[in-house]
Parts: sequence; C-alpha cells; structure tokens
Amino acid sequence: MMSETSKERILSPDEVLRVENLKVWFPLKRGIGDFLKGIPRRYVRAVDGISFSLKEKETFCLVGESGCGKTTTGKAVMRLVPITDGRIYVKVPKTVAEDLWVLGADILSGNVLDLATVPDRAIKPMRRVIQMVYQDPYASLNPRFTVRQILEEPLMIHGIALSREERIEIIAKILETVKLVPPEEFMERYPHQLSGGQRQRVAFARAIIVNPKITVADEPVSMLDVSIRAEILELMEELKERFGVTYIFITHDLAVARYICDRIAVMYLGKFVEVADARRLIEKPFHPYTKALIAAIPEPDPENRKHYRNLRIRGEVPSAVNIPPGCRFHPRCIDFEERRNELSEHCTVKEPPMLEIEKDHYVSCWLYAKR
Amino acid sequence: MPLLEVKNLKTYYYTLSGVVKAVDEVSFSVEKGETLGIAGESGSGKSTVAFSVMVMPPPPGRIVSGEILLDGKNIVKMRESELRRKVRWKKISMVFQGAMNALNPVYTVGYQIAESLTLHGGYTKREAGERVKELLEMVGLDPTIAKRYPHELSGGQKQRVVIAMALALEPPLVIADEPTTALDVVVQAQIMNLLKKLKWEKKISMIFISHDLAVIAEVADKIAIMYGGKIVEYGPADKVYTEPKHPYTRLLLKSIPRLRGPIEKLEYIPGVPPDLRSPPSGCRFHPRCPYRLDPCDKEEPHLIEIEKDHYVACWLYAKR
Ligand SMILES: Nc1ncnc2c1ncn2[C@@H]1O[C@H](COP(=O)(O)OP(=O)(O)OP(=O)(O)O)[C@@H](O)[C@H]1O
Ligand SMILES: Nc1ncnc2c1ncn2[C@@H]1O[C@H](COP(=O)(O)OP(=O)(O)O)[C@@H](O)[C@H]1O
Ligand code: SF4
Ligand code: SF4
Ligand SMILES: [Mg+2]
Ligand SMILES: [Mg+2]
Repeated sequence: MMSETSKERILSPDEVLRVENLKVWFPLKRGIGDFLKGIPRRYVRAVDGISFSLKEKETFCLVGESGCGKTTTGKAVMRLVPITDGRIYVKVPKTVAEDLWVLGADILSGNVLDLATVPDRAIKPMRRVIQMVYQDPYASLNPRFTVRQILEEPLMIHGIALSREERIEIIAKILETVKLVPPEEFMERYPHQLSGGQRQRVAFARAIIVNPKITVADEPVSMLDVSIRAEILELMEELKERFGVTYIFITHDLAVARYICDRIAVMYLGKFVEVADARRLIEKPFHPYTKALIAAIPEPDPENRKHYRNLRIRGEVPSAVNIPPGCRFHPRCIDFEERRNELSEHCTVKEPPMLEIEKDHYVSCWLYAKR
Repeated sequence: MPLLEVKNLKTYYYTLSGVVKAVDEVSFSVEKGETLGIAGESGSGKSTVAFSVMVMPPPPGRIVSGEILLDGKNIVKMRESELRRKVRWKKISMVFQGAMNALNPVYTVGYQIAESLTLHGGYTKREAGERVKELLEMVGLDPTIAKRYPHELSGGQKQRVVIAMALALEPPLVIADEPTTALDVVVQAQIMNLLKKLKWEKKISMIFISHDLAVIAEVADKIAIMYGGKIVEYGPADKVYTEPKHPYTRLLLKSIPRLRGPIEKLEYIPGVPPDLRSPPSGCRFHPRCPYRLDPCDKEEPHLIEIEKDHYVACWLYAKR
C-alpha cells in the first residue's frame, strides 16, 4: 500500500516531524437568520497556515499570547482537533507503522506517515509516538484515580505490559524517574493529595511511560509557582537525555523558553511571525511583535519600579474570527503607526512573506521585505 | 504615623481537620504613597493577610489576635456596621485573586461598578453613571465598555474593570492580590503600567501580592517575604533584591528565569511547602533549607533588624 510519493524521502534522517501549511479552522455556529440572509459560514482561524520541522531530540518552542493557536497546534499534532488543511509528516517506529498499516493508514517511505490523513481508527497506535502534557495539573488528572491507576491506563490501552506485576514494576520505575519517591507511597495517592509540581510530575510520567518519540508540553509550568518551575524544567531535560524525547514546548513566557528551547517560533493570531534559534531570537529579535513580547517580561530589578515599561504595542489580541487584513499584527504595531506613509500600501493590504533574513532566522514583516 | 500598621496579626482557619495557622504573628506597615509587595509560594498566607486587612477573613477563618491600625485606629475591634460605613471600600479596598472571573455574567460591567458606588458610597443612580465613565477612563478603558457584559471583554479589560471597582470610592489604600497571575505577559505589563500610573498620579498606597518577585519589582518600594504563615524577610526593595539575606528569599530570586545575562542553572526549592495545621518546629523553612544549622529545627528565629529597616528571621544572622 505504498503511495506515489513513496519514492522520494519525505523526512531527512534527523527529522522526526514536519508540519506543512497547517490550518485548523473551527466553524462558528450559524443562526437560521444568517442562513436565510445568505451570510457565509464564519470560522475561528485558530491555526492559519504554519510550517515547521522538528529535529530529533530538539526542543521546539511555540511562544505567543493567549488565543494565538499554540494549544490548537499541539492538539493538531495529537490529532485531537480536525485538520482543515496541511500536512503533518511523522516518522514512526517500524512496529507501529505495521499496526497503522493494518488499520488502513497510508505508510510512506521511511516509515513516515501524514497524520493529517490517518483514519480516526488508527489514531490510538499513534499515541505511542506522540504524547501531550497539559497546562493545568489540576484538571488533567482524573481525580477518582490513584497515581497507580493513572499510570496503568496507558499501559493497558497499548498492551505494553500484560501482567499486573509487570505493570507495577514499570510504574515504580517511571515514578523513580520523575522523582516521586518512594514509589510505593505515591502509587496509592490521589491527585488531590499531591502538590501542583508533583501532579505535573505524574503528568510527565503518564506521557513518558509509553516511550513516545515526541511530547507536546503545553505550558507545563505556567500554573505553578515560580519557585518550583525550574524543577519541572530540569525534569524535562532529564527525560530528554534518558529517553531521547523531542519536545514541542508551549509557553507564553520567553524567559522560560530561553532556558529550555533550542528554537523558538513566535506565533500571532494563528501564524508564525518569527522563527529562530532560541538565544538569537531573544538577543536580536526583528519582528515588532517579538520585540514587544520581550519588552513585557518582568525582571527582579527594583529599578523597574521607577519608570513605565516601554511596550511598543497597542491594545490586545483581536478575535481569531476577524483577522485583520494584510499583516494581522498591524492594528497593534507601533512601527506601522510611526511609518504609516511608507508602509500603508503593504501592511494593511498584503500578508508579509516569511523570509530568511539571517541564517536560519525567519521573519515575516514588511520592514524587512522588498516592498 | 504610617497609613497602615499591622502588629502581631494571627489569622487561623478552624477547619474540621485542624487549625490552619495561615497567618502567624505577622507585622508590617505601609506609609502614605508607598507600595508594599508581599511575595511567597502558594499557601504561604498572602491572601489571608489581604482578607485580614479588610477585616473579612473568609470562614472558617478568624483574626485570633493582633492589631490593624489604620491612621492609628485599630480596626480589628470595630463593629461590622462601622467597618462597612467607614472603612471597607472607602479607606481600604481590594482586588481579589481571580476577581476578573467572578464578575457577574448577567449584568453589564457598568452596572456592576455603579452598584459598588450606590451600595457603599451613597451615590444616586445618576451620579454613579457619571462616575463609572470617569473610572473606566482612569483605568484606560473606553467608557462605552460600561454597556458590555463580562463575556464580551478580554482578560485584560476585565481586570481593568475590577481595578476600577476597587478605586470607585477613592480609598487611600488598595490591596491587589495576584492581579496579573492569570494574564499574558503583554497584558500583565500593561496592567503594571496602569498600577504605576495610579500610584504616581493618584498617590495611592498599595499592598501588591504575588508569587513572582519579578512582577513585584515593578511596583513595590518595600518587600515582605512570607513563608509558612510568617514574614521571614522584610525591607526596602533596593535591599531585598540586591542583598537578600534569608535563604528562602535567595532561592526565590535564583528561581526566576532571566531574559538577559548568562544562562545559569535555575535554582528551585526542593520539597513542598509546610502543612500549616502542624507547621515544622523551629524555623518553618528548616526541612527545605540548604543552610540549616543546629538550632533551626528546635528554636524559632525571630525577625531582627540587621541593617536599617531591613529585617530577617534566620539563625544565620541571629546572635545566640
Ligand atoms: N474547539 C474550539 N472551538 C472553537 N474555537 C476554538 C476551539 N479551540 C480553540 N479555539 C479558538 O482558537 C483560538 C486559538 O486557541 P488556542 O487554545 O490554540 O490558543 P493558545 O495559544 O493555546 O492560547 P492560551 O495561551 O490561552 O492557552 C482561540 O481564538 C480559541 O478561542
Ligand atoms: N477558607 C479557608 N479554609 C481553610 N483553610 C484555608 C482557607 N483559605 C486558605 N486556607 C489555608 O490557609 C493557608 C494560607 O492560604 P492563603 O492565604 O490562600 O495563601 P496564599 O494566598 O499565599 O496562597 C493555606 O494553608 C490554605 O490552605
Ligand atoms: S508587516 Fe507592518 S504591521 Fe506587520 S509587523 Fe511589520 S511593520 Fe508592523
Ligand atoms: S533559620 Fe536555619 S533553617 Fe531557617 S532559614 Fe535560617 S538557616 Fe535555614
Ligand atoms: Mg493554550
Ligand atoms: Mg492567594
């Protein structure tokens, strides 16, 4: 059942995933009145054409404000939301490829498949390849399950360990890995008997226990106190070293991203506006939105109380239903406002192209494009 | 005389599973025009301090002892009717933690702000309408927002509405309990700019509460670090940030991810915060403290002034 494209290699040897022009649009409910008046159906354009690729064992970061489509991107990669358009190529282990093939998935050369077209019934085996850890450690764990039951579930679903003894052994090991020791004690606890940080450890244990290639970590520290965030970030690093996990790390805090990410994509209203090596992006940002995000981050310096913070951004993110024409950032862009004469034919009219303006540093803004 | 002076405050929650000593012998003061920042992990008692200063500890909480002097008058002893008539919302108001999500969904935000004016401030309906417009402008919102419902507003707009409500009766002291914790960085920075403006233009005194010392640095002139229901370090912002003394303060500062400078390994504070029904003996931080000494688990260190206005409660600095 090899398809036409199978001759060419789709992912390079060190690539584990590549997303091409991904779109996730959620249709809005249409009233009967709209229908009669012939008003066309409207969409929340949560993800509106993004492309990126993940190298093995890299941590790729999605940064942006609330509602810009970070979680939706993560869910698309998990196939938890319907894909409107685009491709999601993933490399899977041979055994999983075989399972998927039996279930009717189209396997391309090099055990690669396009997740966007995988039939629903073949999603389950994909969970062994891609896992997700959610933002809210209070909501993401079933309150009626003990830690043991929470961790036993994925093992049973994927038939990883058949006997109860085997499962307990695996669970004990994973609890030790995430430093919930002694494991016997934590196994019988319920989520409400754990602190926020401990819950997030259980969430990582649940993701890692099936030994996935890729883990989507959706703001895993933003609900935690600053004082324990580093502990979870350190755990993520350890899991990467030990199990070779590749992360998609979602955050709205560039300072956190700096400590854990190799590359950063800054997202605004469903699109990437800048993609670069993490440190370079923070040291030398080009896009006005990236600059604003950086300028907004507080630092523990008492001098900061003596002056206003210069933000160079106006207002708040508009709704993803009414995306502004041209550059979608233009209503908030101070550069545009200051150079309206020069830029108005572009910024409000046509989307800026994504250009590589320095090696491996991509920016989508008319300030840097040929006009 | 300071605007607010809190002396040896104890507020406990009398729960079925025991007495939670959420605030235990806490003292601090706020001068006119000054902003006090209270930092500490979740569960350290910050919100309980805030509710206590409003003299409205949430049940089953009770102010057990201590004084809260507002302009020199102890408000703990005041009758509820007097507090309502003279103190709450008029002299001290509060932006509650998570308040922006507690706005009533069935009323417009204008109605909700006006209600606090008519209810607590004796405004007539018409006067209230005018004042609502003023207040919305003061917090950087378009007055037409008054006609909108909470679900029609963004998180940042809702938080501004909640701040407008706290400012309604022009109290000299405003308590803001984690007012930006649920917000995005850009909106957070915008709200912090607003608070600075109120501080400078309206000369408002503030108690600003957060678990994040980086956010507190935006406004606070003076810092109180809370751990397990107690203040463990207290002093001018310039001192506490640049020469932190208490091991807990030091670790808190080292745990903040920085945008600039070398990427050092981030520190964190291993272990979990204490259960305040049975707090650890001696120094409450001793089970997690990398510097603990001999007396730490037996005797409680008291706050001592190690240099002018800078206090720390730790055996490393106490003469025994
Ligand atoms: N199931 C859904 N149906 C309709 N709209 C949705 C759905 N899920 C998300 N959206 C919308 O899509 C946009 C992107 O949402 P998403 O949750 O991906 O943002 P995010 O970047 O993760 O934000 P946050 O920082 O708040 O987590 C938002 O406008 C959101 O309201
Ligand atoms: N209504 C309540 N009933 C019982 N215990 C409470 C109540 N509110 C807070 N507590 C307890 O009091 C302590 C301090 O809580 P809180 O003041 O909310 O801390 P913070 O604001 O620093 O997170 C915690 O142990 C908390 O569980
Ligand atoms: S394209 Fe124009 S509006 Fe968009 S970010 Fe660049 S300057 Fe601003
Ligand atoms: S008193 Fe002892 S345990 Fe407490 S902070 Fe100081 S050194 Fe650490
Ligand atoms: Mg999200
Ligand atoms: Mg609180």
